[in-house]
Amino acid sequence: MNRFIGFVKKEFLHIFRDYRTMLILFGMPIAQILIFGYVVSNEITDVNIGVYDKSKDNVTHEITNKITSSGFFILHENLNSDKEIEEAFKRGIVREVIVFEDNFAEKLEREGTAGIQIIADASDANTANIVSNYTKAIINSYVKNELFAKGFPYEIVPEVRMLYNNSLKGVYMFVPGTMALILMLVSAMMTSISIAREKEMGTMEVLLVSPLKPLPIVIGKVIPYMVLSFINAVVIIALSYFVFDMPIMGNLAFLLLETLLFIFMALSMGILISTVSNSQMVAMFISMFALMLPTMLLSGFIFPIANMPKILQWLSTIMPAKYFIIIVKNIMIKGSGIGIVWKETLIIAGMTLFFLVMSIKKFKVRLE
Amino acid sequence: MSEFVVEVKDLKKSYEKVEAVKGVSFSVPKGELFGLIGPDGAGKTSIFRILTTLIFPTEGKVMLLNTDAVTGYRKIRNNIGYMPQRFSLYQDLSVEENLAFFARIFGTTIEENYNLIKDIYIQIEPFKDRLAGKLSGGMKQKLALCCALIHSPDILILDEPTTGVDAVSRKEFWEMLIRLKEKGITILVSTPYMDEANLCDRVALIQNGEIMAIDKPEKVISSFGRKLWAVKSNSIYQLIKDLRAFEFIDTVFPFGEYLHITTKDKDLDILEMKSVLSKKNHSDIEIKEIEANIEDCFMNLMNVN
Repeated sequence: MNRFIGFVKKEFLHIFRDYRTMLILFGMPIAQILIFGYVVSNEITDVNIGVYDKSKDNVTHEITNKITSSGFFILHENLNSDKEIEEAFKRGIVREVIVFEDNFAEKLEREGTAGIQIIADASDANTANIVSNYTKAIINSYVKNELFAKGFPYEIVPEVRMLYNNSLKGVYMFVPGTMALILMLVSAMMTSISIAREKEMGTMEVLLVSPLKPLPIVIGKVIPYMVLSFINAVVIIALSYFVFDMPIMGNLAFLLLETLLFIFMALSMGILISTVSNSQMVAMFISMFALMLPTMLLSGFIFPIANMPKILQWLSTIMPAKYFIIIVKNIMIKGSGIGIVWKETLIIAGMTLFFLVMSIKKFKVRLE
Repeated sequence: MSEFVVEVKDLKKSYEKVEAVKGVSFSVPKGELFGLIGPDGAGKTSIFRILTTLIFPTEGKVMLLNTDAVTGYRKIRNNIGYMPQRFSLYQDLSVEENLAFFARIFGTTIEENYNLIKDIYIQIEPFKDRLAGKLSGGMKQKLALCCALIHSPDILILDEPTTGVDAVSRKEFWEMLIRLKEKGITILVSTPYMDEANLCDRVALIQNGEIMAIDKPEKVISSFGRKLWAVKSNSIYQLIKDLRAFEFIDTVFPFGEYLHITTKDKDLDILEMKSVLSKKNHSDIEIKEIEANIEDCFMNLMNVN
């Protein structure tokens, strides 16, 4: 055990000595999440909207004024029928239509509640989401400032409808996706490089001649990166929660547990890569091409899997990142528990076992 | 129980295309400083890697400490110290960290075996906080030796420890080896430097994967059995050509500023030789009879084979 602790300590020293490794480990996740985050959550200005006011009373006028004077929206046209909504969207100028229900002010006064429907063009999912959120925020502030303040306990219920892309694929995709990508990169690439470095520098020769067995060497290599990857995952989740208001509907502990499982999978994959590569260069290229690109392209991170050709869809089923993204999305956005994601969890666990067994089998106790 | 701690019998090693070791046998008794002398590519590293259980022998039997090197590799790895040809310590760890790490993975501490490495470590101790990668060549070798010794191994296997090290450090290094030998450690060392052979108890001269001779250095030299002359003139290149043209001259090898020559059967008349050479436009001619050294023997054996 003492030997093993010594080995782990040495690994930590390697990491802390090498400022480039540190930079990759901690700089990259933050940079990536911020870049992805800000690309997705662009500020919106001068969005063309349409208003279908079935009620045409003073309250609906006031709300419409509030929205158009906010600076984010421009009233492009007033609509007069449901049919016109569809046509307006098809012309492609209007990105959002606000529909006030019949007898809006009357209902509000009599029943204390009235409905507004916000229809957004979700073919551009990100913009649709932002636009509808802005609209909701303006309506809510109206209710709070104008109605509540004057002593009316009224409630306006905005109902958001996403046209063309109901489930809003693409939005919030960047957090699970980036998480998968970074954990994959840090865990798999870094471990494979660090084992390959021992081979390249000739230190493996000395390690092998020592009484250390393969398993402690492998586990010892993995533990520091496991710790660091986990810290990374926590940083990403915190950033997405505090900076980008990504919800965490599900159990945080469960989310972290699933993350740990994925990290473990990526690490065992890294070990397997290192057993087949003799230099840091080779390890890096295999990690890049075998892990990073497929993770980005085939896991559903950037391109929806449903839109892929059949053959790529099959390929995507062997991408561990795909399952992790599904799990994270479910936990964070839908608040699902193990009852929903047990299948994906099991698949990742199975992959972990496979890579681990393979790499211990392939780990050579000799130089040839 | 055998009296030998290392026994190698008919060892062969082939890589995909080349046969690196072609049937080598030798034995090393406990406490001996055994040298494997030969040029690059002679098969020294292959033999040492088989001894250290890092690669499999293709054929033959290798026993260390009465344990088979193939099946008993775990036991052997606990009891040998190995210093590979290339500097293989962690360059990004300090001197002390390297040493502490190797002590730890062998389940010991620096303090426990300090007396063994003291003589050597004391020389690098002033730099113990320096990163190993920033040490000079000689210092690196000393550190590597310390790391190989830290678990007090029964056998120390050093693959070309003095290659690329300056003359002073080389001398110091060999002095250390001799002191370690006196402490009862069996040492196997390989080197391409023939002059280091004299410092070993016994040497094996190896060339192209075969041992040409194996004996005490002085015995190897006395087995030379011929007279040897050193010749020098103002034009060494011309001299080589002229000497090789003579019928009665057997071998001509350059050694520093001299040429070492042997004759086929008859003795060499130094005066007559001088006059013959001066007729061929050589000046500053110097001819003297000399004692053979290991390198002469090596060249001679190479020629015979």
